[in-house]
Amino acid sequence: MAPFCCIFVPGFPLQALVRAQPELRSQPVAVLEGRPPLQKVFAVNEAARQMGISAAMTKLQVEPCAGLALRERSVEQEAAAHAALLACAQAFSPCVEDSGWDAVLLDLAGMEKLFGPLPQIAGAIARRVAEAGLEANVAAAETPDAAMLAARGFAGVEVIPEGQQAERLGSLPVELLFSGPQTCEQTEQLLETLRRWGIRDLRALAALPKVELSERLGQEGLHLQKLARGAVSRDLVPVEPRLVFEEAMELEHPLVLLEPLAFLLNQMLEQICSRLAEHALATQELRLRLELQAGYSWDWEADAGGRGLPPQANFERTLRLPVPVLDAKVFLKLLQLDLKAHPPGAPIAKIHLSAEPVRPRAAQGGLFLPPSPEPEKLELTLARIAGIVGEERAGSLQLLDTHHPQGFCMQRFAPGEPQAQCDSPPRDFVTALRIFRPPVRVAVTLREGSPARLDCPQREEMRGTVLWAAGPWRSSGDWWSRPWARDEWDIALQAQCGIAVYRLVRDLLAGKWMVEGEYD
Amino acid sequence: MSSLSVRLQPATASAALTFPEKAAALARHIAAAPRLAQVTAASRLEARPAPEMVASGVSEMDALTGGLPRGCLTEIFGPASSGRTGVLLAAVAAATRRQEACALVDVSDAFDPRSGAAMGMDFARLLWVRCQAGGSWAKRKSPGDEARSWGAGISGFARNGTSAGNLEQALRVTDLLLQSGGFGLVAIDLGGVAEKMARRVPLTSWFRFQRAVEGTPTILLVLSRTPCAQSCAALVVKLKPSAFSSQLSARLQPAHAQVFKGLRTEGELLRSRLERKPAGKVCGAEPALRRSWG
Repeated sequence: MAPFCCIFVPGFPLQALVRAQPELRSQPVAVLEGRPPLQKVFAVNEAARQMGISAAMTKLQVEPCAGLALRERSVEQEAAAHAALLACAQAFSPCVEDSGWDAVLLDLAGMEKLFGPLPQIAGAIARRVAEAGLEANVAAAETPDAAMLAARGFAGVEVIPEGQQAERLGSLPVELLFSGPQTCEQTEQLLETLRRWGIRDLRALAALPKVELSERLGQEGLHLQKLARGAVSRDLVPVEPRLVFEEAMELEHPLVLLEPLAFLLNQMLEQICSRLAEHALATQELRLRLELQAGYSWDWEADAGGRGLPPQANFERTLRLPVPVLDAKVFLKLLQLDLKAHPPGAPIAKIHLSAEPVRPRAAQGGLFLPPSPEPEKLELTLARIAGIVGEERAGSLQLLDTHHPQGFCMQRFAPGEPQAQCDSPPRDFVTALRIFRPPVRVAVTLREGSPARLDCPQREEMRGTVLWAAGPWRSSGDWWSRPWARDEWDIALQAQCGIAVYRLVRDLLAGKWMVEGEYD
Repeated sequence: MSSLSVRLQPATASAALTFPEKAAALARHIAAAPRLAQVTAASRLEARPAPEMVASGVSEMDALTGGLPRGCLTEIFGPASSGRTGVLLAAVAAATRRQEACALVDVSDAFDPRSGAAMGMDFARLLWVRCQAGGSWAKRKSPGDEARSWGAGISGFARNGTSAGNLEQALRVTDLLLQSGGFGLVAIDLGGVAEKMARRVPLTSWFRFQRAVEGTPTILLVLSRTPCAQSCAALVVKLKPSAFSSQLSARLQPAHAQVFKGLRTEGELLRSRLERKPAGKVCGAEPALRRSWG
């Protein structure tokens, strides 16, 4: 027997909502759909049903109910829940059929050798789905449609032994045959006809004579009868879902502080990392998109001490890591540091978090390699340092192809994997220059075209007679965009503890003298 | 812990113990008592292994000090134009050529990339942290940060443009780098910090840094105008300018005929705790070693 299993999540829109907000499990909840002010109740949980709330009631009718939590339907959360459901199914079988947002079918052929007998597999599936935050019915049967009917009709875990589909499915109501996603006018007419005939359950439908049934309801009626008997055999249409690792959350009250946001981000990151781990993947890029409350301006400068940014409809941040990482805590810390440095500027209404999957890093350390920082620790350290000195003031530098003396740019520090150590031959000692940023303005007295005396109001050590001077050396460039031209001198001044040697520069375009650096 | 109890027989009129007999009995009892488990004879204590020395990039400096020690704080100080920045950059360049990740905490933002390139520095392995006065960190300091503020005694604005904020940033960044680990060399450039301000860095900060690098392969190199780390530095070198070389034969030559070739530096080893002195030797002040280069 080739068993099939069906995972069905009753009240899927509500469960998707509660999955993102677990605190609602114990409360009566009603999900609203539609455009205001014509919103209507779309789904309710059992606690709300006991209060007398039912579907199709208007928002105005249910709002006065005390203790009832009203939420808007969230397609993003339903998509995230559906992705999690598929991921749970794919953990047990490579052949999974997507039968709608609230149900998936699995082909368990050969899986008993891996996971044990069928009841054990069904129980494990139910536990796995519960860990993903959903309460599902799991049913196993000989045919996929029988499993689907059993999952929709029986709560909890149900295993139908081989050859007993008709008997076990007989007690289920006939409406279950029409509860799938493909409901049309014709199927409604069929249901109405069966009701008028007094057919209430599948057993009664299965007991109808074939010929008479086909004469009155046609092939569709025969098909329904086969379904009621659990005799329809077909192959699953496996789905190859895109490897999209996203989580979304819509908030009831807009968030203002970063601490509760960090709590929610932690939940979402753990879900994403666990799904990545299931696929033996890691991520090198995290994208955070925050939908901000419209028409609201918040003074983040006063609260978080960050830069006050004008409110935007969407606030996006992207974290790019030099190596693939799969650690939710590291991601959370990096996001926290990034949001502290770049606060959103307005209360947050929705959160979207996605990760770009890549193969994990395969690195093998060597015994004789020089020390190098761990990539995860290094990223956290760099983020903290950037929070102290500023983003553009920490990193590695790259010399630009220009003669401009300050021709360099800062870039991300990524040392890469060290190669085998090799002792390089010692080099001759080079006198270094210490640059003054910004250069120090001085007043220069010339004698025979050479600097003879320096006067500087800011620095006492740069006042005095020039003992020795060498130069000038003229350089210029960038005449096509931002021209610069300068004369450089090397001068020696008598300092308190000896002779100090400076680089003196004259800006030929501005006519200013300045001390650019000190030879040391 | 074992306790020693000695009970001597009370002297009786017939067998009174003399003092030597009492001492001998006491010695026998002490010898029979079990020794404390955690007390090790001093002769059996293992000597702490000497730190690994690596090349500093300046051969004369290596001849003077034996190189730079890993897991220790090394301090190089000297006045302006004494060659200290050249020594610092040479050490960083040598470390990057050894494929080690290095960090330069530039308190005054004085690093010249062209000088580093001239020394053969691999910029991909150098993390350059440019401290700035009144940066974004200074605005975002929370009251909690004040309590943990580094260098609580540092205040004021130095006339050379380096503020106390720069120094505090540098100390915090250095702490982060040392705690992160994995760097072959962490250099703190205090060359542009006024002496008064540098001396205000509390000794606890240097002690903390020294403890952070102890037992790690990280070299912590501090450059300053005046010695700051005091007893926390295992190696202290003083640099001073001797004479700068030039093509100057006579001052009659015009300026455009002169070329500045470089500084001549004299280094003096003031302290080195890297060699363990053999037991039994009483040493006075050893003559300071000097080298010149440039």
